[in-house]
Amino acid sequence: MKTRLCSLILCALIGASGCSSLGVKPWERNLLAREDMLIDADALDLAFDEHIYFSKEASSGGQGFAGGGCGCN
Amino acid sequence: MRMILLLILLATSPVQAEIYNISQLDLKNHQGKVVYLDFWASWCKPCQRSFPWMNNLMSKYPAENFTVITINLDAESEAMHQFLSKVPANFDIYHDPSGQIAEQFKIEGMPTSYLIDSSGKVVKKHIGFYTKHIEKYEREIEELL
Repeated sequence: MKTRLCSLILCALIGASGCSSLGVKPWERNLLAREDMLIDADALDLAFDEHIYFSKEASSGGQGFAGGGCGCN
Repeated sequence: MRMILLLILLATSPVQAEIYNISQLDLKNHQGKVVYLDFWASWCKPCQRSFPWMNNLMSKYPAENFTVITINLDAESEAMHQFLSKVPANFDIYHDPSGQIAEQFKIEGMPTSYLIDSSGKVVKKHIGFYTKHIEKYEREIEELL
């Protein structure tokens, strides 16, 4: 029982430490800042997706966000 | 005559940026001056917008009291050189491809700039560059000069 508890705590600790280096640093966003990495990079494609989404869910919008990915806005 | 023409050409050509390795950066060498320290990358649009203004700062304030030092954080130096061939710079650039100095300064966004007074103390930090705040940035520099 005791070893099981210990191993559980150990697993939780290892799991939690894995989150310590999550995310991309502001200076590493060169690829994310590219225009073709935007969710709405292709206007026509976005219009199609929006139309399908609206038809299925009876709601639209809420996709994408402002800012070029530099983390300064 | 040819010599005079050469001299005129040299005098009128813009001062080019010097590019150094980040290991060569020693801010102690600039103690006694107000330093505008700027972190930038070639893919960052606001950084590009800040370049003409930083060039202007170099000519606006006396070199013995003020300097602009920038740190480029592009992983590949080719991207930096390509950027500089399009956007001229007349201040020193230090290349930090691994982001070691950026990590030390805890950069939260691009560009980030620090205003350092003549005693070497960081007085102001700006995240991002906004042309509408240029007057405020310059006022902060002038207060330290």
